[in-house]
Amino acid sequence: MLRWILLAAIAAVLLWLPTELKPYGIFLFSNWLLFCVVAIGLNLTIGYAGQISLAQAGFMGIGAYTTAILTTSHGYDFWATLPISAGLSFFIGVIVGYPALRVQHHYLAFVTLGFNILVYLVFRNEDWLTGGAFGVFDIPRPHLFGFSTADPLAFYYVCLGFFLVMFLVARHIVRSPWGRAFAALRDNPVRAASLGVDIRAYTLLAFAIGSMFAGLAGSFYASLLEFIDPYAFAIENSLAFLLMVISGGSATLIGPIIGAGLVLLMPEWLRFAKDYYLMIYALFVMVLMAFCPEGVVGLWRRFVAAARHRRMNAAAAKEPAR
Amino acid sequence: MAEILQLLVSGVATGAVYALPAIGFVLLWQTTGTINFAQGEFVMLPSVVMLALIWAGLPLWISFAVTLVLSCALQGVAFKSIVVQPIIKHGVLPIIISTIALAILMRESAKEFFSNEAHAFPMPVPYVVIEFGGVTLTSHHLFNLAAAFLLIVALNWFLGRTKTGRAMQATAQNPETAAVLGINVPRMVSLAYVINAGLVTVAALLVTPIYLAKWDNGEIIGLTAFIAAIIGGFNQVRGAILGGVMVGVLENFSAYYISTQYRTAFPLILLIVIIIWRPYGLMGRAPERTV
Repeated sequence: MLRWILLAAIAAVLLWLPTELKPYGIFLFSNWLLFCVVAIGLNLTIGYAGQISLAQAGFMGIGAYTTAILTTSHGYDFWATLPISAGLSFFIGVIVGYPALRVQHHYLAFVTLGFNILVYLVFRNEDWLTGGAFGVFDIPRPHLFGFSTADPLAFYYVCLGFFLVMFLVARHIVRSPWGRAFAALRDNPVRAASLGVDIRAYTLLAFAIGSMFAGLAGSFYASLLEFIDPYAFAIENSLAFLLMVISGGSATLIGPIIGAGLVLLMPEWLRFAKDYYLMIYALFVMVLMAFCPEGVVGLWRRFVAAARHRRMNAAAAKEPAR
Repeated sequence: MAEILQLLVSGVATGAVYALPAIGFVLLWQTTGTINFAQGEFVMLPSVVMLALIWAGLPLWISFAVTLVLSCALQGVAFKSIVVQPIIKHGVLPIIISTIALAILMRESAKEFFSNEAHAFPMPVPYVVIEFGGVTLTSHHLFNLAAAFLLIVALNWFLGRTKTGRAMQATAQNPETAAVLGINVPRMVSLAYVINAGLVTVAALLVTPIYLAKWDNGEIIGLTAFIAAIIGGFNQVRGAILGGVMVGVLENFSAYYISTQYRTAFPLILLIVIIIWRPYGLMGRAPERTV
């Protein structure tokens, strides 16, 4: 019961709050929803497959450029670019992940790190395709059921819908037998393998699906900004996505959403710190890793467990000794 | 022919320098299972500190010595006891994330407190151009080659021939057995971190005259060191040397014959080809299964 009231309250806030906000506030909320999708995708790789990807911004860029180029130069409709964007990021994910996942030791982290740098170079250098350092301009906002979503608030609702769909897809994946195979494999790869789970195939699939989440979110991101340049997809942003998942709490559904909010709002909150904010953030992450590697969600669970423990102790103390 | 030879020699000289952080990287992995994502920044920071000391009026070699001591204390001992030790019990994933955060912290600090521009860095030896059979070499290349080579030989001798070095290897292979045999394991681990700090500081001295001192140098140097370590074989010091030299030569040839814009891309392609062909690197062995 409490859960449904809470969900209804969150839904009401998400539907109503942006109507009261200025355009910048609406933009921040839309941006947050899209980053949530990117972080949820990355969480499939980190939290469920136990591998690190540092190319999430690169995959987001692949999706964003696909939609940007197809809509501006080739006259495609926004919605028609989505399957292409999803397919392309999934396919490239498989190609990048396959060699890296042949071996242990988190090679995927290095390969994806290099891949993101490579993708960034392509975005910046191939002027004929991507517009080089200037990027792509005048990316249209889509029409939905005949209505234009050019208005920031209208596009916010498009982002909200997209987020809900992707959240439910991720929830379904994680709770399916398939998602449980992921968890089994993360917790004990050798045992999972002996029970017949094909480790490599599952890890690769988790990574490629995570990349596809980023690619799709990139398509919406291009339309949200109406303009993209290579800098939005540099390696720093991949690190930011990683920090979203970790600071929120990996291997939880809600963690990446909290983390995305934290990372996105951090520059706003730490405005007084000006240029020091990245340093403060880095320190925060290091401290978090040392004391609570499960992130904010882990911190909360620990707090709840401690409170329950205390309550039980108090109850035990009240009862007369038998 | 002379052209190829020249690119080869200067490539080997650069590659030998890349091998230094790559070796350090492998040492840390072997002794504590730490993957240090800040390794590139560990090269960047000493170069910036050295330059600041030079600007303050110290001669190059004195500032190098001071930086070396600082690096061993901070990037060696302090890094081990403050950053790695409290986290390593949680596993590899948190340590990777924490060192990524450390890299950001170091990068941003250098940008904020030093400079956000690239600065020229003095060469450790006078600049002389040497002609030899149609091949033009600079004194700097030769110095880099000699310095890196000597350091690697010394390190190999230390690890293979001295009692302490062999104790370190034993610690890397099996800490429990090493402890039973009376080896002071924590001390050996600290030693590995100090050696790593020394290697990166020498690398900073050798590489910065070419790369210039800049806050974001670490990204490329770090990535190159990772690639070198993986190509050679993650669990082999010799492998890291081979990997470093291969990457240096490849970079030189591809930048000269193909494209400078994609200079960083070629080592990555080499990495992917080698991982597909030999998953554990050229000299690496597959780790034994642990259940």
